[in-house]
Amino acid sequence: MSQWKDSGKLGLILLVSPLALWLALFIVLPHIDMVLISLRERVAARQYAFSWGNYTEFFTEPLYWRTFLRTAVMSILATGLTLLIAFPVSFYIAKMLRGRLKAALFILCLIPFWVSELVRTYGWMILLRETGLFSSLLQWMGLVDQPVEMLYNDVAIMVGLVYTSMLFMVVPLVTTLESLDDSLIEAAYDLGGNHLEVIRDVVIPHAMPGIVSGCIVVFMLTLGNYLTPTLLGGKDSLWFTEQIYTQFITRFNWEQGSAFGMLLLVLSSVIVWCGLKLSRQSFTRVMT
Amino acid sequence: MKRLLKKSTLILASALAMSSQLHAETLRLLTWGGYAPQEVVDQFEKETGIKVDVTKSNNEDMISKLRATRGAGFDLAQPSQDRITSAQADFDIYKPIDLSKIDANRFISSMLEATKKNTAFNGEVYGVPHVWGTSGLVVNRKQAKGVMDYTDLCQSALSGQVSYRLKRPTLIGFAYALGEDPFAAYSDTKKYGEILAKVEKKLIDCKSNVKAYWSGGDELLNLMRSGEVKAAMAWDAGGWKLNSENPDITFVAPKSGALGWIDTFALPRKTKAEEAAYKWINFVMQPEVAAKITEAAGNFTASKGGDKFVNPKLKAQFNESFPPADVDNIKWYPPVPPGLEEMEGKVLDRVKAAQS
Amino acid sequence: MQLQANNTDVDLECREVTKSFGHFAAVQEVSFSIPSGSFFSILGPSGCGKTTLLRMVAGFQSPDHGDILIKGKSVLNTPPNRRPVNMVFQHLALFPNMTVAENVAYGLKRRGVAKTDIKSRVEDMLSRVGLPDSGDKQISQLSGGQKQRIAIARCLVLNPDVLLLDEPLGALDLKLREQMKVELKHLQEKFGATFIYITHDQSEALVMSDQVAVMNAGRFEQVGAPQELYYEPASRFVAGFVGESNRWYGVIQERDEKGFNVQCETGLKMRIDRPGNDLQVSHPWGVGKKLEFYLRPESITVTLGDTAPATTNRYKGKVESVLFDGARSQMLVRLPDAIELLNVALPQTAEFRRVKKGDVVSVGWMSGQVRCYEV
Repeated sequence: MSQWKDSGKLGLILLVSPLALWLALFIVLPHIDMVLISLRERVAARQYAFSWGNYTEFFTEPLYWRTFLRTAVMSILATGLTLLIAFPVSFYIAKMLRGRLKAALFILCLIPFWVSELVRTYGWMILLRETGLFSSLLQWMGLVDQPVEMLYNDVAIMVGLVYTSMLFMVVPLVTTLESLDDSLIEAAYDLGGNHLEVIRDVVIPHAMPGIVSGCIVVFMLTLGNYLTPTLLGGKDSLWFTEQIYTQFITRFNWEQGSAFGMLLLVLSSVIVWCGLKLSRQSFTRVMT
Repeated sequence: MKRLLKKSTLILASALAMSSQLHAETLRLLTWGGYAPQEVVDQFEKETGIKVDVTKSNNEDMISKLRATRGAGFDLAQPSQDRITSAQADFDIYKPIDLSKIDANRFISSMLEATKKNTAFNGEVYGVPHVWGTSGLVVNRKQAKGVMDYTDLCQSALSGQVSYRLKRPTLIGFAYALGEDPFAAYSDTKKYGEILAKVEKKLIDCKSNVKAYWSGGDELLNLMRSGEVKAAMAWDAGGWKLNSENPDITFVAPKSGALGWIDTFALPRKTKAEEAAYKWINFVMQPEVAAKITEAAGNFTASKGGDKFVNPKLKAQFNESFPPADVDNIKWYPPVPPGLEEMEGKVLDRVKAAQS
Repeated sequence: MQLQANNTDVDLECREVTKSFGHFAAVQEVSFSIPSGSFFSILGPSGCGKTTLLRMVAGFQSPDHGDILIKGKSVLNTPPNRRPVNMVFQHLALFPNMTVAENVAYGLKRRGVAKTDIKSRVEDMLSRVGLPDSGDKQISQLSGGQKQRIAIARCLVLNPDVLLLDEPLGALDLKLREQMKVELKHLQEKFGATFIYITHDQSEALVMSDQVAVMNAGRFEQVGAPQELYYEPASRFVAGFVGESNRWYGVIQERDEKGFNVQCETGLKMRIDRPGNDLQVSHPWGVGKKLEFYLRPESITVTLGDTAPATTNRYKGKVESVLFDGARSQMLVRLPDAIELLNVALPQTAEFRRVKKGDVVSVGWMSGQVRCYEV
């Protein structure tokens, strides 16, 4: 018996060790390195000293924390919009459809993800630009008499972000909604609830773990997105990841970039934690 | 079974030998688009047996890549001459060039001397010149007639129809157009800061004119081609390329002077194919080969006599954009002292964040 | 059933209700009416259309033809949330995110009843179903039987004209099911509400109901009191579905004015008088007619040894096996001139306690106890 137990333990170790190794080598170590880099400052060529300067810079230079705030607010908005659009879609897929049609619609949601994000974003650029499809269409229909620029503004960013995030909201929502017993919905109707009340009292409480996990994933993805806001936002994109990229790549300022990276990690975790508290969900419940 | 084992060992061994051989015979080149056209690469491989692995990049990316690996991963890089010493001072990513291995006769000597001077650090030379060109204005002459200088991009008639990069050349160009001499102020941080403040204000005022800040050459070409952008700050080669497609568009040397740059050859500190690198340098500096590169990149090289073999059309375009007086007016980038780029970075951040 | 004529006392009436799914006719021209305050069961095998019928009454499906009236008014155009009927679902469908009290209060809240009123009515209802202190509990803290009661309380607190129950005992274990049967019946009597109960379990239907409708293939085969169904099944299906029976196929050999002599395919010969219900007595069945016969195990008289019972049909046989199940014990008896085994209820007397395989017994039944149906 004990021998069997021992071998079970060994099996567990064997199973977990690749994951642990992967986590340690590719997640933990780089982050430790990032923290160390972020805590130093260039004093002269090839000379660095310990400093909190990179962190204080974030809070003292309004540009940086404003950019972060804007990124966070836009991300929350994008998450909300994605949820608003994805919820009816998911409900339709999970509850109204059966069999082949259901699979077909699900795959339709998946198809955009068969091409890279870059290509998808360029697709939007082709549609939205001044000499693009929408502008030409509007002119052809006589609704406008000169080209309209729909690219390079916050709305374009929002469209791109919501589009990119859709699947990550639809999947958890469909999964949780599928597990909702139809008779619960019927019971709520039977007891006198109207459509809105049934959704509020039965569907949403049941789908809450899916909603929250979808929102976390979409929020984190949006916050960490680089291509979409940069390409679609143009001169006013002002996305925090862009700030990090700039520090690392064009300014060679790894110290500042690392500090921004850590701040993004911590601040976004705080926002997610607040979201969990507000929706009274626990992380373990949402993620399982 | 034994035979199988023997056989597979043999295969494995030969594969390893081949790959190591391959490794030794490969030149990993970190360069700009157009600087290593396939034709030239093929010819080089045929003559020397050395394979060339080309990675396209830009100044900042080159420094970042080499910094991340502390000078490994590539055997030859092509940063601009003004960006070598500061990067070397801070990150120690290059190794000095052994000038004895360079065939100096193949270079335009004035350009070679100037580059040697500009890339000297602690008494050693870190770069030799390859391709040179300018940045200035690319203008659609029909739709944006009045654009003669960088600041003309801010004319109210061009609202939402111009484009430039949010990088240091823009700061320098605008500084000159505003009547300042930023290169002279390189050593005077205070003065340079004042100039930057002036430029920052101008760029923020000008922001509403900008359609988009371009970041890749193709992006700009598309914006100009589609007519969405009427005038832009860009490299001369791009302007000439567009000119071949649409005669209305061409490169214009700004009144306050085009900004001249020289892209060099520099050896990454941990280069593994130094000999191959020198072979490549001497190979591409041959006039016939240099002409092919000019053809592909759209810019002239430091190869002595190379321009003789260049397509006359490009020469005509060059002469049209650069009357003799304008050639003399080119402002060549001096090496950037450390610390300046940080100041510039903050200015660029603030411009980006400003609301137009 | 006598009250049917008086419309005000009928809670629910269905008129030729028909519903098809594609080519499948789930419910075909079903008509019935249920008097106020009665316990009405619809009994049928799965797939017979009983759930569809119930869902049409609840409003989750609408009939293709026919009409559904509650208290004399058609409800076809009334959505489920406005119908004066409530439903107890097969898996109860209690809201897991609400407490017991919130579950019970849900319908009242939706009707806009005042908060204080809701509180007292919920408390009252909880004590009436015997769970006075469980208002603050979570649904997951309740036992199966308690959940059952809450599900019913949640509906009854709304005073529905008709309460629909969709096999709510199906998920419970046997013991609890037996107990809940009685409890449900008590609840129904206590509240005086009209219950429509659908089930495939005949014992549930027979124990609880005032009236039972036996449904098969979308139609009602027979509607009647449990005793009627059991003793006077109107069709082969009802005879086979309700209760246990010995069953034979056979042909009429001789016929006289009182009945006929038949021979079964298994070789068994017997006398049948006044066959079937009154309707079938007048049936002009002649010699050579093929029939199916049903005989309840408890209708068979059995004696030990050779002493023949005083019945019209008498046979000698051997005990093949004894299926002991307390009060419902049976034994299988093989008759010498028949292939089939006869299913006989084991008499609850001392002399049969030790009966075992191989014992010789005499069996017999009265000629009027066999039911026959046209094949």
